[in-house]
Amino acid sequence: MDFSWIAQYAPLLLSGAWQTVALLVISVVCGFTLAIGLALAQVSSPRWLKLLARGYCGFFRGTPLLIQLWLLYYGVGSLLPMVPGLRGSFLWPVLREGFFFAAVSFTLNHAAYQAEILRGALLSVPKGELEAGRAFGMTPALLLRRIWLPRAIRTALPSITGEIVLQLKSTPLAFTVTVMDLYAVAYKVRQDTLLVYEPLLVVTVFYVCLTLILTRVFRHIEHQVPIRR
Amino acid sequence: MANLSYLELLAPYPPGWGGVLLAGAASTLAISFGAYLTGMALGLMGAWGKLKGGRISALLLDGYTTGIRAIPELILIIGLYYAGTDGLNRLLAGLGLPPVEVNGFIAAVAVLGIVQGAYMTEVFRGAILAVPTGQIEAAAAFGMRPSLRFRRVILPAMIPNALPGLANLWMSVTKDSALIAVLGYQELALATRIAAGNTKHYFLFFLAAAAIYLVISLLSTRLFNLLERRARRGQPLPH
Repeated sequence: MDFSWIAQYAPLLLSGAWQTVALLVISVVCGFTLAIGLALAQVSSPRWLKLLARGYCGFFRGTPLLIQLWLLYYGVGSLLPMVPGLRGSFLWPVLREGFFFAAVSFTLNHAAYQAEILRGALLSVPKGELEAGRAFGMTPALLLRRIWLPRAIRTALPSITGEIVLQLKSTPLAFTVTVMDLYAVAYKVRQDTLLVYEPLLVVTVFYVCLTLILTRVFRHIEHQVPIRR
Repeated sequence: MANLSYLELLAPYPPGWGGVLLAGAASTLAISFGAYLTGMALGLMGAWGKLKGGRISALLLDGYTTGIRAIPELILIIGLYYAGTDGLNRLLAGLGLPPVEVNGFIAAVAVLGIVQGAYMTEVFRGAILAVPTGQIEAAAAFGMRPSLRFRRVILPAMIPNALPGLANLWMSVTKDSALIAVLGYQELALATRIAAGNTKHYFLFFLAAAAIYLVISLLSTRLFNLLERRARRGQPLPH
């Protein structure tokens, strides 16, 4: 076991870790917001919207993330330059990067899984509480914000945490579209130094630590809510 | 191959690439099936070891299941692949045999099977624990040997409990098998990438691959629903 390369590659490892964390935070925050909309669409909305949301979840849960990522990066990415005016616009430097495509596809994928969890949680909120809110004269938006959504998120919190950890474990896929995330750095170290196990081990330790931190933080959040079980 | 229409591109014979995609889909299914069965065997042994084994085996199995579930799949697959081929060749060198090139299919099945085994262990452990103790005690009271008890009582009684978890795992192994593309073994994901790279019709081919995966997962859902209904026949309905 030879770990003498760590000092030399420390800046690269740190920037890789930063990219991994950025991908995770972007996909979880944007994905969860999207998931709320998707779950609501499945629970209470006109029929066509319900079908649309269900189709979305079915597609993104039924196909591998790798295929979705490549579909976006290679497929949509190869169509983007054909859009007139886009190439010269200020958006182009962002749209050219693998990071952008990775963030978008992780977000869309994460949203589908979280929406499925939230859908069940929204349905499990006791009807009486919603009726009580309505009896108080709450508008549907206020009811959603004060009662329906907070209650649903509380019941779903353990599954939500699990889903976030799964999302963290999918972020290394970004390396297949040229993102220099933590795993890509390990790959580069392997190619430079011909060490196979050491870089993988270092990176693994980081992922496991991040998982532990995530579960700790969410357990703490869970304990904030007094619930009789 | 200047201007082929989309249908011609997807045709199952050259110059269409449909055949390559379908062959890829077949090998994806073969890998998934092999890994699933390997995982099932590992999972049954793991669950048995966790429930009946001594403290050391329980500790080791805990390390196995937590480790596998905490490490990203891509890293596990690549790490296990290198460690596995390297270890095998060292063993062969130790025995004075020439090194071998590990078959991509077998490596894929083994690697995904080890990953599946960790999840299966937990599924089976939970399912076995959910079997009423009275039934197992009754079998023991009839003088059944542990192996007979397992075959005749525990296994049939736990399968309905395990099926939802097993269905989830089958879905995840069909999707995880796409990661094998990174190792360079030609299953559906890599076949698609090759077809797309050759024809420059990236969008079309990745969409076609997504459709194939979707069909696989929809058919599997149907199949597992039927299986669960059959496994639960004779049981009281929940409502």
